[in-house]
Amino acid sequence: MQNRTLEIGVGLFLLAGLLALLLLALRVSGLTVGAGQDTYKLYANFDNLAGLTVRAKVTMAGVGIGKVTAIDLDRDTFTGRVTMELEKRVDNLPVDSTASILTAGLLGEKYIGISVGGDDQLLKDGGTIHDTQSSLVLEDLIGKFLINSVNKDSK
Amino acid sequence: MRRKSIGERIRLLGRAGIDVVGSLGASTVFLLRVLFGRGNVGNGFTQLLIKQLFSVGVMSLVIIVVSGLFIGMVLALQGFNILSSYGSEQAVGQMVALTLLRELGPVVTALLFAGRAGSALTAEIGNMKSTEQLSSLEMIGVDPLKYIIAPRLWAGFISLPLLTMIFCVVGIWGGAMVAVDWLGVYDGSFWANMQNSVSFEKDVLNGLIKSIVFAFVVTWIAVFQGYDCEPTSEGISRATTKTVVYASLAVLGLDFILTALMFGDF
Repeated sequence: MQNRTLEIGVGLFLLAGLLALLLLALRVSGLTVGAGQDTYKLYANFDNLAGLTVRAKVTMAGVGIGKVTAIDLDRDTFTGRVTMELEKRVDNLPVDSTASILTAGLLGEKYIGISVGGDDQLLKDGGTIHDTQSSLVLEDLIGKFLINSVNKDSK
Repeated sequence: MRRKSIGERIRLLGRAGIDVVGSLGASTVFLLRVLFGRGNVGNGFTQLLIKQLFSVGVMSLVIIVVSGLFIGMVLALQGFNILSSYGSEQAVGQMVALTLLRELGPVVTALLFAGRAGSALTAEIGNMKSTEQLSSLEMIGVDPLKYIIAPRLWAGFISLPLLTMIFCVVGIWGGAMVAVDWLGVYDGSFWANMQNSVSFEKDVLNGLIKSIVFAFVVTWIAVFQGYDCEPTSEGISRATTKTVVYASLAVLGLDFILTALMFGDF
């Protein structure tokens, strides 16, 4: 009898531990099981990524529809090449859609926002979004502002 | 002779060095014999293991859950205070989860485990040694390493990683309670920020690996100190103190090394 309660206690303990690992995986790290099948790949080249990272969100109208899976430099055009994985159910993006790098809040994380174009042809798996808008770099803005004010003064 | 000569001092230093290396070697041989040696186990190993899992793992649950809850709550409170001055309270979930998974979960659980279960293991085995139960076992043909030590060692290896996972979950839940229900951080952004920044391989698995290493070290130290202690009541108390001190130092030192290897990027 004593032995039985002991075994039940140990069994519950082991279950609780494994359940905790599962919770951490699914709820905390947002791991999705078997997400490989229902996504498709798109590429986009940006002049300046400025802080975009792998696992960043890809959104459309503010709704998350995928994530960035790889970032590397395109050797021929000297631009940043971003690989995105989008959900299969959003497979009706026109080829002239625009991808832009946006910032959540003033200091928040970078993410990619896609706005639709009007073309009849649709982007396929492995396609590239040509119309892109790079990240807003604060230093560039300040630089432009300064040059403008200098030009104004000299007139 | 009041002043020791230089030769004598060098000899003493040499003896201290030999002692350190000797006890390291003895504990390694001990560990290998426990894990891989063949011997008469007596009645079934699983029964012994379950009994030890109960006293090492289940009995540590209360302290782990309670401290996990409070540490998570305090983290959320402190994080909220600092983050709200930058206007980014939503990041509090991310902060709590990463702190717990990467550092505090494995380390604090291992320290509590050393104090709660490690000291008990040392005292128990030391007491068995001083009352000559270990040598009596040997006399009736049961290998004490297999019958007494091995189940305790395995129970420690299994329990600590599980306890760490429970600690993290309870801590994050406590943090969510404080941040969302009390301080009014928006529920959705709390969890979404956390899920965006926590990666399973980099954070959860690395925390798990850390806790497995700590489990190995803490239980090894505890069991060896008990087996190696002087068979007197004073010796047992000294061995128990040593267990807690050595295990805590080993955990903190190893944590730095593991963190450097896992998150150091070099």
